[in-house]
Amino acid sequence: MIFVVSLLVFLMLVGAVAASIFRDLISVVIAAALVSLIASILFYLLQAPDVAMAEAAIGAALTAAIFIIAIRRTKRYEE
Amino acid sequence: MRKIVSILLLVIVALGISLSLAKIPFGVPKTKVGRHYINEGVKETGAANIVTSVVVSYRGFDTLGEVTVLFIASIGLGAVLSTIVGKTVRKIEPASLVLSTGCRLLFPLILIFGTYVFIHGHLTPGGGFQGGAIIASGFLLIYLGCRERRISQKASKLTESLGGLSFVIIGLLGLVFGSHFLSNFLPNGTANTLFSAGIIPVIYIAIGIKVGSELAGIIDNLIEES
Repeated sequence: MIFVVSLLVFLMLVGAVAASIFRDLISVVIAAALVSLIASILFYLLQAPDVAMAEAAIGAALTAAIFIIAIRRTKRYEE
Repeated sequence: MRKIVSILLLVIVALGISLSLAKIPFGVPKTKVGRHYINEGVKETGAANIVTSVVVSYRGFDTLGEVTVLFIASIGLGAVLSTIVGKTVRKIEPASLVLSTGCRLLFPLILIFGTYVFIHGHLTPGGGFQGGAIIASGFLLIYLGCRERRISQKASKLTESLGGLSFVIIGLLGLVFGSHFLSNFLPNGTANTLFSAGIIPVIYIAIGIKVGSELAGIIDNLIEES
């Protein structure tokens, strides 16, 4: 159990660092969605399924979609 | 120089947060009011899901504020996007047959799942906000898969207002038949059955319809403009 949780937290950190390093904004959105998704799994493992459902639906799906729509309207690469 | 300063600030903030959180034992019920919710929540509100009893019954007024914040955000987004001049109508390529058929097949199932989540909010994990978000993700799927389909703005605004209005009206009815705003004036029933917990499922259905149509309207606004 502790191994799984540490792996998830490590992946979450990788996603967060990647989101701040990438120049391609689509990749940034995917990395941020990964952070949200792992956060929702961790909420579920901490026995908070209500929060996990909200985080998975809003954080991982809807926010990423709204960001991608906004990026399509503006520029894809950060200078 | 700027990077060093920001890293230093980050380390200071992280140290402060970890030092202040280190003394709190993890996962131990500390406060008296939290213990009261856990021990008496099912008896007092009739909702088997304690989270729901806190969100809708004990802290129902906060939830009304939360719903209002979402409503204002959606209105503001619509107002900002409607000021864009020189709209170009984008040529829409039709999606492939496999994609559009798959979306059409999945969309009703997602709707049913979202409805299930907010109708059973007082029994199982989930509730109005979660169910509404699931329904909105179904609409997102339709926008991505069957690109020529659009929801009617008027119908979305109408269902949204209906959900919000019924929340407030149920609260006012609590004022009439009960003791205070949003008081539980319906019978509690037996816990763990669908028709239990008084006004909680009614309010969660209103919230689910409102949040679902609101988030779908936000996605519709954004896609229309891009």
